[in-house]
Amino acid sequence: MRVALQITCVNDAMFPDTGKAVVRLLRRLGVDVDFPQAQTCCGQPMVNTGYLDEAVPVVRTFVDAFAGYDAIVTPSGSCAGSARHQHSIVAERSGDPALVAAVAETAPRTYELSEFLVDVLGVTDVGAYFPHRVTYHPTCHSLRMLGVGDRPRQLLEAVRGIQLVDLPNATECCGFGGTFALKNADTSIAMGADKARHVRDTGAEVLVAGDNSCLMHVGGLLSRERAGVRVMHLAEVLAATEDSEGESSGPAVGERAGDLA
Amino acid sequence: MNGTFVGMPAFPTAAREALADTQLRRNLAHATRTIRDKRAAVVAEVEDWEDLRLAGAGVKEAALRDLATHLETLEASLTRAGATVHWARDAEEACAIVAAVTKAHGADEVVKVKSMATAEIGLNEALEAEGIAAWETDLAELIVQLGEDLPSHILVPAIHRNRAEVREIFLRRMGAVGRPAPADLTDEPAVLAGAAREHLREKFLRAKVAVSGANFVVADTGTLVVVESEGNGRMCLTLPEVLVSVVGIEKVVATWSDLDPMLRLLPRSSTGERMNPYTSTWSGVTAGDGPQEVHVVLLDNGRTRALADDVGRQALRCIRCSACLNVCPVYERVGGHAYGSVYPGPIGAILNPLLNGVSDEQTASLPYASSLCGACFEVCPVRIDIPSVLVDQRAAVVDSHRDDRVPKAEAVAMKAAAWTFSDSRRLAWAEKASGLAGRVMGRFSRRTMPGGRAAAGRLPGPAAGWTGARDLPAPPAESFREWWDRTDGGRDGSAR
Ligand code: SF4
Repeated sequence: MRVALQITCVNDAMFPDTGKAVVRLLRRLGVDVDFPQAQTCCGQPMVNTGYLDEAVPVVRTFVDAFAGYDAIVTPSGSCAGSARHQHSIVAERSGDPALVAAVAETAPRTYELSEFLVDVLGVTDVGAYFPHRVTYHPTCHSLRMLGVGDRPRQLLEAVRGIQLVDLPNATECCGFGGTFALKNADTSIAMGADKARHVRDTGAEVLVAGDNSCLMHVGGLLSRERAGVRVMHLAEVLAATEDSEGESSGPAVGERAGDLA
Repeated sequence: MNGTFVGMPAFPTAAREALADTQLRRNLAHATRTIRDKRAAVVAEVEDWEDLRLAGAGVKEAALRDLATHLETLEASLTRAGATVHWARDAEEACAIVAAVTKAHGADEVVKVKSMATAEIGLNEALEAEGIAAWETDLAELIVQLGEDLPSHILVPAIHRNRAEVREIFLRRMGAVGRPAPADLTDEPAVLAGAAREHLREKFLRAKVAVSGANFVVADTGTLVVVESEGNGRMCLTLPEVLVSVVGIEKVVATWSDLDPMLRLLPRSSTGERMNPYTSTWSGVTAGDGPQEVHVVLLDNGRTRALADDVGRQALRCIRCSACLNVCPVYERVGGHAYGSVYPGPIGAILNPLLNGVSDEQTASLPYASSLCGACFEVCPVRIDIPSVLVDQRAAVVDSHRDDRVPKAEAVAMKAAAWTFSDSRRLAWAEKASGLAGRVMGRFSRRTMPGGRAAAGRLPGPAAGWTGARDLPAPPAESFREWWDRTDGGRDGSAR
């Protein structure tokens, strides 16, 4: 099986550690994942803001980059949803039958990470170790657009050492919503503030989700509040092991303020 | 009047004001949660709920597909049953018809059953201009009308008021328009309802003309259906001599048996009841029983415009249950007024642009008033894929600006992003630049985010909307792509 990683533009530029975690995790499970260098973005920022014409060349880049793979794995419910449900709309709009046909190939082969692990690889215990108090936020697109159901939960429950606590009002949107976070910043922040409050109520030290864009939003609020809660992508928790946990004071720490370059 | 309150600011501005209203926030959070939980409980009782939703969507879809035929059948069956059918292209025509019928009977007042269609066309204001008083008889509508307020919810238009405010409104305003509220009025819900009952009873018994809408109209039998909870509708529909019903053309269903799924879906989705207390149906005139003159005004007012929209057409399936409002996290926080229309919430965010077009700024802001979380689609009894229609209406807004001489900053940014994302080499350059910026930001950063990453500090321009309230991690020094290149995808042993 030829498996490609679709890193997503946000992870590529802002959260490379999530991509590294996916690579490490999949290799550990025996999947030699490829990173097609021609990939860029799924086109969702354009589509969801109404710029359908602008999305056409982006979707074209996507289908070209991932042509021929049996599975396209992405650590984002939102981008998987975009590929599966929105690419066909963009392709129709382009009026190019070749693009419509290419999308019909890539769309059904695109999997969000937890779907790929549970449905394609058939594993729930990925051999992870993460001795922390964790709460999980099911992001809207993974929950309602893709219907990943309790797959992420199954995966987290099998992690050794984890203390998984329920998030109140878990299924309510965090308020990120792509360009909504900027166009309707006040409403977005009001929604995020309630999500952050529920997160704090759990007493968890780590908030986990399958979309870094939502985590960037809630995590940004938690950070501003000095809440003492960090956010982590599901992939990074699943990639953690006894070895990686021993290496640093906390799991998968990124660059620290002031000690870069 | 097009169902949109005139002169309202665009959504983000109106929302900002609403978000600062602490009383509103609390009322809404409490009220929406209560209805939401009730709905969830009664929906869970129905084993084949998903099949029922499919059936409901199917009934409405079939009716819309052949709308012209069904409307002709309806006109014939209504006429046969003794009703007079009027066709109104827009709000103005519809209001003029209602005013003319009222005046023909020498009446200077009408009693009203709560109806979204008459709110949409601004009927009360139009009648007032003709010297005709229109009395709302639904409790919440009465509160809104007496308070000289705007409705903020489809089903519970006074959701933004609490009982202390309602008592105040009753005491202050009832006397001016009829029987005053008793001086010892308390804020007990039952006492408030009792005062409204006394006040309204006088109007029911006096009025010669009643005005209603309809939840459904059955083409083959010429039957109108009104679903309600308080019994005020039954009074309006049976006591006055003359009944005028204003009905959007999308309310038609083909046959009597089509009502079956609809009448099961509506109460559970709407009030969270298994069955609503009152369902009234009438077909034309019955000698010696009920109104002896029956008029039906079939209203277009933008509906044929929506019908012509391939993606948006499904919005015409809407049965105005308001389930989508109650689950919407945006609506829950900003309330109905921010949408500037009698149709607020997710359905309003698609219906207003579909009915009216997106040429004015306020309407054009509505499709963006959503995080696209999809909670609305999940509960909609007729399976309207609201998120997809929202995205499609956003495209309509963008397309309407494609010929602008000076493009919006956003359009320029999106074109630039599309250019970058169309070729991975361009993206790699952009990421190199962001990595350099990240190194610099990291040096200057005085904030460490939980977990150890440096924060980017407050940014200027559009990004200020982000960093005003949210920390943003500084971009990492190396993108994933660069890491993959440098380490051969981690195969050189540096996978961490
Ligand atoms: S769109 Fe659906 S959920 Fe919303 S009011 Fe209409 S029928 Fe109800």
